[in-house]
Amino acid sequence: MSRFTVEVLVTPRPGLLDPQGKAIHHALSSLGYDAVDDVRVGKAIYLEVSATTSQAAAERVEEMCRKLLANPVTEDFRVTAAATGAGS
Amino acid sequence: MNVAVITFPGSNCDQDCVRSVELASGSARYVWHREVSLGDSDAVIVPGGFAHGDYLRPGAIARFSPIMDAVIDFGRGGGLVIGICNGFQVLCEAGLLPGALLRNRSLRFQSHDCFMRVERADTPYTGDYRVGQVIGMPLSHADGNYYADPDTLAALEAEGRVVFRYCDADGTVTQEANPNGSLNSIAGIANAQGNVLGMMPHPDRAIEAVLGSMDGLPLFTSLVGALARAEVA
Repeated sequence: MSRFTVEVLVTPRPGLLDPQGKAIHHALSSLGYDAVDDVRVGKAIYLEVSATTSQAAAERVEEMCRKLLANPVTEDFRVTAAATGAGS
Repeated sequence: MNVAVITFPGSNCDQDCVRSVELASGSARYVWHREVSLGDSDAVIVPGGFAHGDYLRPGAIARFSPIMDAVIDFGRGGGLVIGICNGFQVLCEAGLLPGALLRNRSLRFQSHDCFMRVERADTPYTGDYRVGQVIGMPLSHADGNYYADPDTLAALEAEGRVVFRYCDADGTVTQEANPNGSLNSIAGIANAQGNVLGMMPHPDRAIEAVLGSMDGLPLFTSLVGALARAEVA
């Protein structure tokens, strides 16, 4: 068993109204950042997971996403696993 | 006749719900979220509040509290279940009701009175209202923006499962009267069989004149009446 740091990115489904993203987009525009076309806000969740391989760690966390970490009605998720301490 | 009111850590309307049932001449008791059985309950109310701190998403963690397996079985088996505010969010997360409650369009916690139009008076929860009746009661939430995918939304409308809709004082549905951005101004829905109801506004905070409105009381008298008729039958 090795330790893996698994990053989960949960984002609102495309096309779903994202009022937080809109508010941040508006604030960026008023600061003069006209090049921003769209802003969407999600959340990042970091897990320390014991598993035999990074793929096994990722698969386990994808199961957690489907069950709890993301709402399938409104959110998409992306899972990335790396050996703990392997940097970034 | 016994109504189970579920108490999660962070529930704050469980006492309001018990009092509402009692004022409607019914009896109710608290069921702690770590219990695994509803006992001999005839109906379940999942009350408002911030179960488990609303961490992750409102209702996401509450949905896995030990009592929820029993609530889900009860609801799937045709038992009467009401989710109010946070309870509505819990029932959506649990899959007893379709869709989800997103952050309010305003990004603000909305806490004020609202008007709703009664769309269905033939449910166990709304028999003491009239179709088209305009009722007023408080709402109090940050995540009440009802969303469902287009197919689900079309099915809700086609099957007449929208029970309450936000409206103005005259009963007209307008975007100005929609407090949170809910699709089709939806304030409350039922499941396909009609035995599970979820709503964001608080009938349990509109049950006595001293509270400023009694428009929520008929919801509880409807429920108690439906249970009494079921006992006789």
